[in-house]
Amino acid sequence: MMKFKNLFRAGAFAGAALATGLVAGLAQAADTIKVGVLHSLSGTMAISETTLKDTVLMMVDDLNKNGGLLGKKVEAVVVDPASNWPLFAEKARELIEKDKVSVVFGCWTSVSRKSVLPVFEELNGLLFYPVQYEGEESSRNVFYTGAAPNQQAIPAVDYLMSEDGGAAKRWVLLGTDYVYPRTTNKILRAYLHSKGVADADIMENYTPFGHSDWQSIVASVKKFASAGKKTAVVSTINGDANVPFYKELGNQGIKAEDIPVVAFSVGEEELAGLDTAPLVGHLAAWNYFMSVDSPENAAFIKKWHAFIKNEKRVTNDPMEAHYIGFKMWVQAVEQAGTTAVDAVRQAMYGQKVKNLTGGVAVMNTNHHLSKPVLIGEIQADGQFETVWKTDGVVVGDAWSDFIPESAKLTADWTYPWVCGNCEKPKYATGAGM
Amino acid sequence: MHPFVRTILAALLAFWLPASAGAQDADLQALVDGLAAKSFNQKIDAVDKLAATGDPKVVPVLTALLEGRLFTLKDGDKLVIAERKGRVYVTTAPLGGANLGEVKKGDLTKVRVNNKLRGELRAALGGLTLLSPDPSVRAEAVDSVLKARDAELMPVLEKAMAREEDPALHARMALAHAATNLFAAKKEEARLEALARLSESATPEVRSLLNEFVAGGKGTEKVIAAAKETLEAVEGRLRLWETVGDVFRGISLGSVLLLAAVGLAITFGVMGVINMAHGEMVMLGAYTTFVVQEAFRAYAPGAFDLSLVVAVPAAFLVSGAVGIAIERGVIRFLYGRPLETLLATWGISLVLQQAVRSVFGPTNRDVGAPEWMSGAVEFSNGLLLTYNRLWIIAFSLVVVGGIVVVLRKTAFGLQMRAVTQNRAMANSMGIRTGAVDALTFGMGSGIAGIAGVALSQIDNVSPNLGQAYIIDSFMVVVFGGVGNIWGTVVGAFSLGIVNKFLEPVAGAVLAKILVLIAIILFIQKRPRGLFALKGRAVEA
Repeated sequence: MMKFKNLFRAGAFAGAALATGLVAGLAQAADTIKVGVLHSLSGTMAISETTLKDTVLMMVDDLNKNGGLLGKKVEAVVVDPASNWPLFAEKARELIEKDKVSVVFGCWTSVSRKSVLPVFEELNGLLFYPVQYEGEESSRNVFYTGAAPNQQAIPAVDYLMSEDGGAAKRWVLLGTDYVYPRTTNKILRAYLHSKGVADADIMENYTPFGHSDWQSIVASVKKFASAGKKTAVVSTINGDANVPFYKELGNQGIKAEDIPVVAFSVGEEELAGLDTAPLVGHLAAWNYFMSVDSPENAAFIKKWHAFIKNEKRVTNDPMEAHYIGFKMWVQAVEQAGTTAVDAVRQAMYGQKVKNLTGGVAVMNTNHHLSKPVLIGEIQADGQFETVWKTDGVVVGDAWSDFIPESAKLTADWTYPWVCGNCEKPKYATGAGM
Repeated sequence: MHPFVRTILAALLAFWLPASAGAQDADLQALVDGLAAKSFNQKIDAVDKLAATGDPKVVPVLTALLEGRLFTLKDGDKLVIAERKGRVYVTTAPLGGANLGEVKKGDLTKVRVNNKLRGELRAALGGLTLLSPDPSVRAEAVDSVLKARDAELMPVLEKAMAREEDPALHARMALAHAATNLFAAKKEEARLEALARLSESATPEVRSLLNEFVAGGKGTEKVIAAAKETLEAVEGRLRLWETVGDVFRGISLGSVLLLAAVGLAITFGVMGVINMAHGEMVMLGAYTTFVVQEAFRAYAPGAFDLSLVVAVPAAFLVSGAVGIAIERGVIRFLYGRPLETLLATWGISLVLQQAVRSVFGPTNRDVGAPEWMSGAVEFSNGLLLTYNRLWIIAFSLVVVGGIVVVLRKTAFGLQMRAVTQNRAMANSMGIRTGAVDALTFGMGSGIAGIAGVALSQIDNVSPNLGQAYIIDSFMVVVFGGVGNIWGTVVGAFSLGIVNKFLEPVAGAVLAKILVLIAIILFIQKRPRGLFALKGRAVEA
């Protein structure tokens, strides 16, 4: 059934697919299949991205041990874009044009993704992007395996509004000053309005990357929270700035029962450099926590510790995203019988992989995954404990329903839409065809 | 909590009937078992019931639950309190504390807690421990009671107030009493009296309370009008203290800038070397702190609080040695060629960053805070001074004092000033200028290393630590006046305070931009900074 559907879809692209498929086929006549890894190994983002590079290497290693792909060995080509956004685009071009990789796993910040986007679209490459992001995008050449806002931000706010989460009435939106926090907060503000929260009860504050002196901001949050309504903080603070922020929260004695802080960019890796005892009870929303008790997760953690040769290393959400993305790509390649981008893309839709946290992730035609959403509280040992979980999986939504201009748009890369941001299908349905 | 249950609890506590507890051990065990329930609401129910017994025996189990030490055994679902001891966990019975033997981590499932349950637990423990003989337990209890504001706890609270001898705790209890009365008292007079009591203490807590009361609007018009009046008075008094808080935060930011910049004031200010690798010297100091702490953790965990004291000289030596190596290896060939120096040191900074990344890994390293640097002093008016900031302010002043002493009172300081003021003359007087250059640069770098020890307490210990401070450091030195230590001190503190006053108004990003523009304009007017050196030295 799946195969038949794919064949049909492939038909829509027949011309283009055949041409590129041939070229790609010639290029890859060698006996290895190349996989590009585009993660910063130096500079500010190395802290987060190095782990993801290791994850891909582990998956490649694992695949080769189990007989490779299509009877060939898989080879990882690692490049270092050095946290330098324009260099991401150059390195992406190098991977596709010079190294002739079949697929690229890479990027962390939205600005790096925006930088490589034109390259992947021009050269018809394939990128798997593993990080939660602000949405408002769907490219034919990118599969987004991290969470869209409706898979992270919105459920987190819902939880804090609920009786269990403390029934928050007043909101502080703290973020680093760049595209992801600003877009996410725009969506959140619209969502809070729809829930009857007035502007006077929302405080928005942005800080530069790497901000280290949080004294006055934490003090002003405290002041804002003393207006007599239950207050919650939604943090889109990214990267290094989180450590001094949480240290300051601890020192100023903000307890999670009084002012809970929910973060979207703080995972096990970020907490590794912190004494979490004063932070117990603050929250994070992700699709994966290392603490989740499942056989898949236990096997994954074991494999990771064996590969990295360090029992103390933690796992996190973007690692799971790469795990799912890599497995899906392998399945799609096996199904298509080739690594040609257009054929693989068609085979990706509907591809299923078991989540590490239970349930099954499915790739949708808007290039976003269906995944479960978990909310966890920070524990004294630096892990998260799940306190709330969606019943099933949530379908990733590329265009937010809470921004009027975006609500109209649809992303669907199959017939008759074949478009990432259209109000109407590209091909008319019905009698016209 | 069910009001009826609460009443019983209050009555029990009020008359303190120990006899009622002993008779019901079996019932108590049944209630404790309720804590293993699946849903949080069932657990909250169980906590309420346990609290209602008023039995002090339930305090350990509730505390264990609050602190995440309550587990169920995987076979049999039996509740136990477990304590980690090396590779195994020692389990004890939740009631009575009988030892139940050792188990492995895999055999235990933690009883989960969320914020709501945590709040309930604190309130329950507050009621149960208000009469505890230990004053610190009572202090915590009264905080919980103040937060819970539960009318059912009034009899216990009154009883506790009657026996309390510590005046500070008594005042706190009176505050909790007034806060509860404001919301729950039946009579108008009682509420007005509560307001009068609250108006005596102008704290953010009281402001929050009054805000909530006014917003809730429950009470007679007279009471609400009085509450609004009290709120205004409290806010007026708080405003003053907030300004004091801003000044403190400014001084604190200033002290961080000062620490980061003072080493540069020597290498750039005195020697004239544009050292772009200055930030990496700070970073090396922070990593030295990490290594020293790891050594303490491994060999002398008991003396961990002293690790920073050892880290200061260690960081000075490590960064100083690297500084001397850089000076001898690269910079001395580039004196008088600022552009080449800039590029070469920039390259060195990248090399150092990547070297540290290769050795220690790209992720943040956990540098712990010793006991004496954690937490904060909180004044009753809401002014909060965190200990780590207070220590850093003191430390920065000591470091500057030390530098001034070295420069002014030692032979090395004299030689150093001689060499920087007139190299040829100093040389002909028999001073080995090469050695003095190396040592001066080493000293500047070593001080940067010391700054790294302090910064490891408030910032990330990552390979990028130094980058965050290099721009600010140059800004401070140029603003304060090149070649002048006092200029650096005044520059750092004034930039810090201006920044902290702008931040609440303009936001962190805009505040930084405004400060930068102000400095650019200032430099146009006074190119030599706040405290310009005068005389021949300037032209040298």
